Amino acid sequence: MRWPRNKDQLWALLVILPSLALLAVFVYGFIGRSLYTSLTDWGKDPAQALSLKPIIKFIGLANYKELFTGLIDSRFRQDLVSTIFFTLFFISGCLALGLALAILLDRKPKGESLFRTVFLFPMSLSFVVTGTIWRWMLQPEGGVNRLPVLAGLPAGTFAWLTSREQIWRFEWNNLPFYTALVVGAVLAFVSVSSLRSRQPRRGWVAAACAAILFAWAFAVGRGWKPLPFPELHGFNLAFIGIIIASVWQMAGYTMALYLAGLRGIPEELREAARVDGASEAQLYRRVIFPLMAPITLSAMIILGHISLKIFDLIFAMAGVDNVSTDVPALLMFITAFRGNQFAKGAAIGILLLLLVAAVILPYLASQLRRQARR
Amino acid sequence: MRHTRSQRGFSWRWFMYLLLVLGTLFFLLPVYLVLVTALKEPAAIMLDTTWQLPKVWNWGSFVQAWVSFLPKLKNSFVLTITASILSAMLGSLNGYVLSKWPFPGANVVFPLMLFGMFIPYQSVLIPLFSFIKSIGLYGTIWGLVVVHVVYGLPITTLIFRNYYVEVPDALVEATKIDGAGFFGIYRSVIFPLSMPGFVVVIIWQFTQIWNEFLFAVTLSKPDTQPITVALAQLSGGEAVKWNLPMAGALLAALPTLMVYIVFGRYFIRGLLAGSIKG
Repeated sequence: MRWPRNKDQLWALLVILPSLALLAVFVYGFIGRSLYTSLTDWGKDPAQALSLKPIIKFIGLANYKELFTGLIDSRFRQDLVSTIFFTLFFISGCLALGLALAILLDRKPKGESLFRTVFLFPMSLSFVVTGTIWRWMLQPEGGVNRLPVLAGLPAGTFAWLTSREQIWRFEWNNLPFYTALVVGAVLAFVSVSSLRSRQPRRGWVAAACAAILFAWAFAVGRGWKPLPFPELHGFNLAFIGIIIASVWQMAGYTMALYLAGLRGIPEELREAARVDGASEAQLYRRVIFPLMAPITLSAMIILGHISLKIFDLIFAMAGVDNVSTDVPALLMFITAFRGNQFAKGAAIGILLLLLVAAVILPYLASQLRRQARR
Repeated sequence: MRHTRSQRGFSWRWFMYLLLVLGTLFFLLPVYLVLVTALKEPAAIMLDTTWQLPKVWNWGSFVQAWVSFLPKLKNSFVLTITASILSAMLGSLNGYVLSKWPFPGANVVFPLMLFGMFIPYQSVLIPLFSFIKSIGLYGTIWGLVVVHVVYGLPITTLIFRNYYVEVPDALVEATKIDGAGFFGIYRSVIFPLSMPGFVVVIIWQFTQIWNEFLFAVTLSKPDTQPITVALAQLSGGEAVKWNLPMAGALLAALPTLMVYIVFGRYFIRGLLAGSIKG
């Protein structure tokens, strides 16, 4: 098949070429540039950071090493832990509330479209607007803390955004060991389920990987101390307020996804289950929830990449200097554009990209494969 | 058997409405608080009376917020409208090419394009900043327009591509036999069918760009700030009187809120298009 076969095909290519070139530069070119910057010492010496022709040295992975094991970068490590905790709670909050609201609306109450409009309206707002509103809602002496008073109860006293309390603390040095254990367990599970569904090759590969990980964990990982000193990290309670505000904003989105899914289930299917004697609870557990599984998966991935990138909400709610509500996306901004430590900022940006890519690439691949099959 | 179910159904219905009302309260309480705070006199805003209605209704905060935010609102409108229309037009052409004139390697290029809409922009921010500065657009609205058009290309292309795939190839072939070329087909077949697609895409881009913050705060100067940056700065200061940020938040939210209320159906379609592909 020769291409182009005619002038029109050439025109088509010419029309799309500028967009492709722009994206190639703005996405891949700039990622490459960031990657290179992250391997240099740009900004280490404040005098060089802002000069017009800074002298920049290539220093390999030193910035990354510092982020994970350096004394002064413990803030980054806490941010990483925070962003994982935030992501977990944000996703579960949105899924639970979104599914509950979708089921309620699917029962066709009176005024359904009004309720739907109300539940979804925060999606049209900017995170900055949401942040501003909730910053005021979560003032320690006002807002939410005054709500119990309206019911005659004592006022709440929780310092929503400034609390320094931390729970579920663990030692950073133990992280490689436990990560290896968790990933190993997941792989072992994959292996068992693949072997059961007669995919022997996949099963044995997963089993081998799991075995290697477990072996590494017990032989090397347990004794390996990346930091020369103990360092505790955990879940900052100051994030609770951020989680509430973000769920307030995004729960309507999962609701819309689930509602579209529920509407797609033919009424005959429900009737058939009822005729077979299923109670309403069984109908949901056995028929409807399994059908919602793919929607849950895509919602988790979309919400996951939003939460890893969360920046504007926290910026507006708690400010950039509030250490207990910090996340890598904010730290990158402060490091590069307030502290002029460009190389380290770039390194944080690249790590953030890796995190998001780990979530989004498998999804993108599977979506496109499904599309190709159609 | 049927009887008991319908009776139980009755109390369940009440329970359902109770839950719906609770949900509504959760979503609307913040709105109530915004309104009463914005309508109070600054001196009357006390933390322990946050939830009470204002004793004196004071519309002055809106006037004040309007005056100080007007230039920022103008910036936001210029930026948002220009960038939305440009990215929609490019997205339409790209979608047309990808769905009706696939070139060799298109199925590799398309996912590479899509990846661009998921990246955390922090990973391109430093080179982007240097680039925009070096072409002299730092601190201008046009710099932001360029950035939003480029990073909007993946989603607009995606929506239009999926939209045009539904246009029957036979229609395109028939027009081709009539002697129409690449642009002729676009003008006489594709574009006239595109209105709903354009509505979805422009609404989506309008909301996204109006609400965007990271690029805005990195690439603008005080006199070219979009509204989100101005609002974040206003409420971020210490010892703020809250009537002004609340009135400002309302102003900043109003355009996208109006779009949502008027074009809700199209808004939701854009929302779903961004996540469920294929």
